[in-house]
Amino acid sequence: MSFMFTVSPDFTPDHISGWYIFNTWIQRQMDTAIHLEMYNDFQTQREAIEKDQIDLIYANPFDAAMLVRERGFQPLAKASGESDEAIIAVNAENLVEDIAHLNEGIKLAFTEDPDVKMMGMIMLEPGDLDASNITPVLSDTYVLVAKHLLKGEADAGIFLAEAYDGLSSMIKKQLRVLVRSQISVIHHSLMIGPKLLDKKEQFQQVLVDMHADEKGLGVLNSLGFNTWEKVEDDEMEFMIDLMDTLNT
Amino acid sequence: MIHDMKAEDVVGDYKEVILDLYHSISRKILYTEIEIPYPDGKLIVSTTTPEGIITHVNQSFIEMSGFTEEELIGAPHSILRHPDMPPAAFKDLWDTVGRGEKWQGFVKNLRKDGGYYWVKATVIPNIRNGKLVAYTSVRRKPSRTKVEECIKLYPTLF
Repeated sequence: MSFMFTVSPDFTPDHISGWYIFNTWIQRQMDTAIHLEMYNDFQTQREAIEKDQIDLIYANPFDAAMLVRERGFQPLAKASGESDEAIIAVNAENLVEDIAHLNEGIKLAFTEDPDVKMMGMIMLEPGDLDASNITPVLSDTYVLVAKHLLKGEADAGIFLAEAYDGLSSMIKKQLRVLVRSQISVIHHSLMIGPKLLDKKEQFQQVLVDMHADEKGLGVLNSLGFNTWEKVEDDEMEFMIDLMDTLNT
Repeated sequence: MIHDMKAEDVVGDYKEVILDLYHSISRKILYTEIEIPYPDGKLIVSTTTPEGIITHVNQSFIEMSGFTEEELIGAPHSILRHPDMPPAAFKDLWDTVGRGEKWQGFVKNLRKDGGYYWVKATVIPNIRNGKLVAYTSVRRKPSRTKVEECIKLYPTLF
């Protein structure tokens, strides 16, 4: 029997090969056949989850509540030291210096990355901006969010902080950060589904020991991670509660 | 435990009032007109027991409240209660979360130094295996327009 692994569609393009290498590595360690399926968008991935096709997932925090409460998933691990943070940025020539100075009706560029969009919208609230009074400029990638700002096609953009920091210095010189979130407790997690739950402890052990193995460390580096850190059920419940409070 | 506020902790000119809290407990409050602006991009997070006793706070909570973590853990959440907040707002909060629902509102919080800060607060009941085990409260930077509305509205609710 083969199991299905998938990765939150907001993965960094540079790390796509890393996820395939990780999948090969985890299959060997667990002596279990696992197929990696990369979905292009969140909607298609959620449809696969609803059809119970997914057994292992590197999940966006926004989907964690649904995975745990509706699909019986449990957390395995998170990349240590990694958290999802958002940035609101504008064109460097824009005179606005504070969120409160952004006007209703602004053109706002963002991706469909759900947790980053949520954090970004929260940071716009002090300026009385919400979904009802912005003009969305939906973008496929964060590079395109930047391009919309540079070309004047958007007044402000929401970025995953990591993606913003990874933009070329030439692009960043032409942008300005208005606000950067410092939430610290919202993160992606590797989660395991009901069909694999009997192997949960084995998976967790293999993951937390991964950095100690030379090949394992190489695989981790190809994902841009240092180590995996175990996520306890309580910690996941806390993050789900937090997402619940924020998603209003 | 909750103690009366001390003059030596307070910064600036202050007024004094006795505030009735829960279970017939009252507290001497010393408060000033100094507002501390909510920091951009941060969330203030805390968890309490079902009775409202603080069990967890994050660093932003500590920084904005002016208390130490040791002073906060074990204290009732009403340690933040500002005399300008109408009791009706907190009754609504407790009635709402008591029904297992999420509560959201704009709150003027009191600092240890007598100053204050406005927040948009969301409180949710934490249900585990069908049982209420705690409440989580998350505060974020509020819209100034909404705060101005509350400054006008709240005095009418006493």
